[in-house]
Amino acid sequence: MRRGVIYHIDVPHRSPMRIRGFEFGDEQGDRCCAIIGSMRGNEVQQTFICSTLVSLLAKIEREGRITGKKSVLVIPCVNPLSMNVQQRFWPGDGSDINRSFPGNRNGRSAERIAASIMGVARLFSYGIQMCSFNQSGEFLPHVRIARQGPISNKSLAIARDFGLPYVIHRDPTPYDTATLNYAWQACGTHAFSLYSRATATIDTSSAKMVAHAVLRFMARRGIIEPPDDADEGHTHASKVLSETELIDVRTERSSGFFVSFASVGERVRKGQRLGTVLDTMDAHTLESLASPVAGQVFFVRSDSLIQQHMVAFRIAPE
Amino acid sequence: MVETVYSAALPVGEKLLVQKNCLLGHRRAGRRVAIVTGMHGDGLAGQFVAYELIRRLNESPSKLRGMVDVYPALNPLGLSARTHGVPQFDIDLDRSFPGNASGNLTDALASAVFEDVVGASACVIIQSSDSFVQEVSQARIDEGDSSSLMRIASLLNVRLIWLQESAPTLRSTLAHALNERGTPAFVVRLGSNVSQAENEAVWIVEGILRLLKELRVWSGSTIDLPAPMVSSGDDVVTLLADEPGLFLPRIECGAQVRRGQVLGLVVDSLEGVVKSELKAPCSGLLFSLRTYPIVYPGSLLARILEG
Repeated sequence: MRRGVIYHIDVPHRSPMRIRGFEFGDEQGDRCCAIIGSMRGNEVQQTFICSTLVSLLAKIEREGRITGKKSVLVIPCVNPLSMNVQQRFWPGDGSDINRSFPGNRNGRSAERIAASIMGVARLFSYGIQMCSFNQSGEFLPHVRIARQGPISNKSLAIARDFGLPYVIHRDPTPYDTATLNYAWQACGTHAFSLYSRATATIDTSSAKMVAHAVLRFMARRGIIEPPDDADEGHTHASKVLSETELIDVRTERSSGFFVSFASVGERVRKGQRLGTVLDTMDAHTLESLASPVAGQVFFVRSDSLIQQHMVAFRIAPE
Repeated sequence: MVETVYSAALPVGEKLLVQKNCLLGHRRAGRRVAIVTGMHGDGLAGQFVAYELIRRLNESPSKLRGMVDVYPALNPLGLSARTHGVPQFDIDLDRSFPGNASGNLTDALASAVFEDVVGASACVIIQSSDSFVQEVSQARIDEGDSSSLMRIASLLNVRLIWLQESAPTLRSTLAHALNERGTPAFVVRLGSNVSQAENEAVWIVEGILRLLKELRVWSGSTIDLPAPMVSSGDDVVTLLADEPGLFLPRIECGAQVRRGQVLGLVVDSLEGVVKSELKAPCSGLLFSLRTYPIVYPGSLLARILEG
């Protein structure tokens, strides 16, 4: 394992911010896989998954199980400055690093950081980013592909190698065109966004699931040798869905306390009651939320208060 | 007449309301113009524009011939909580258009506003610069839409019209979505501070009245300012901080600067020393200036329109 500083930036009254990278395998070998962790200050789970991978890959490297002349890079945290003050965006001007790609080495602060990440990350064949949603809630761990020309068709086929329950693909919105995922694909890297259950807190079981999915992917792509205790029992035959196929269950007419009866990953029947909205003054039921289809609960909102017109659940239909 | 454009219940005895004041002239078949502001909760200059415009139109109702819809607060919760985006969502509302009526609250809100505005003869979107930078009044126009918008934007009494490159990320703004649907729309940016921006906002209100007169929606007298400067972007020089520190401006935003003139200092408040002097690399109009003093390498310090 080789440790390095990908980028550093001096900041007033604080230690310089250093973005640290960990490289495994042959220094001169094929740059196979880059794994990028948190870009926002609240992405604790995403950093945790990457730090777990650093530990696992160090062991794999010690055991000589990185195959041939190949190298793997892990950057657990792109934005330590924000994480140390638990602020989501760049403190200098409130910008989002993951909306600053491909970046500019002479540009604004977030663009400089993005350019430094792209400078190394674009050299790899596969790019894996640990992502979070801006909605508060729990998700079924899954891989996401932003459709962007022919490269994403091949990425979609490769994404099954993670062995996660779902591969979700969608057309990027205009706002997505400044993300790392988009920039990666523009320079020929197969880009995958991995989502686990949590963001600001550590969920150890889904973190482990995602970390092992990354190792499974690398084993299936011939980058590492499969571990002796290959966790095939946890491997899923990924179901591929378009984002538009996920069914939203929304609060149509009320707001109040949100109580969920369903858990992420649970199989539900059509018409099954998933949750309820209660009046915040006398706790009477204002709205009952039922699944319009049979399927698996893909997303559950975690906030206990809910507004009208909010997605409380998303269901992956059977 | 105040109308509700979008409504959603909030958990504890409140409704989120996006409202507009629909000012109707005596010729109800006339054209409609929309004035939209309050998109970002940390930019308040548009509040004064909305107030002053409605006051002026109500002062002389007989001069109003068409319809003017004024939307003062697209993001009422952000205005209350002083957040740029919609509280709890971390979403810039101006990256949510044209919206989605069956989506989450912010998408549904964006959709309701978009559908209400679309079809107007013109839409002026008033925004403030962010809380880090002061700016002179300016219209920002996507260069792809410039041919149709230059004429009406030049009526607004702004000091500068900036034709900006068509960045993909800007395709989800209200202005872009409206232009896509054939409704001429552009953004006017004012300073971030209400008291600083009030003087410029008075002139913007005069400019909106000019626009209304041009579209035969208003028949009152108007005050014209000299035509704005126009930038195609190539003549904008952006000055960024090279070092971290405390930025002390030595000039007012809106000043004409000479090449070599000192615009500000970056100082070290621990060592008590000047780390660098910011000098103008060219002569021209200083139209953006950093106001929040803590700076990092890459922080925007100033912009100059060369010439």
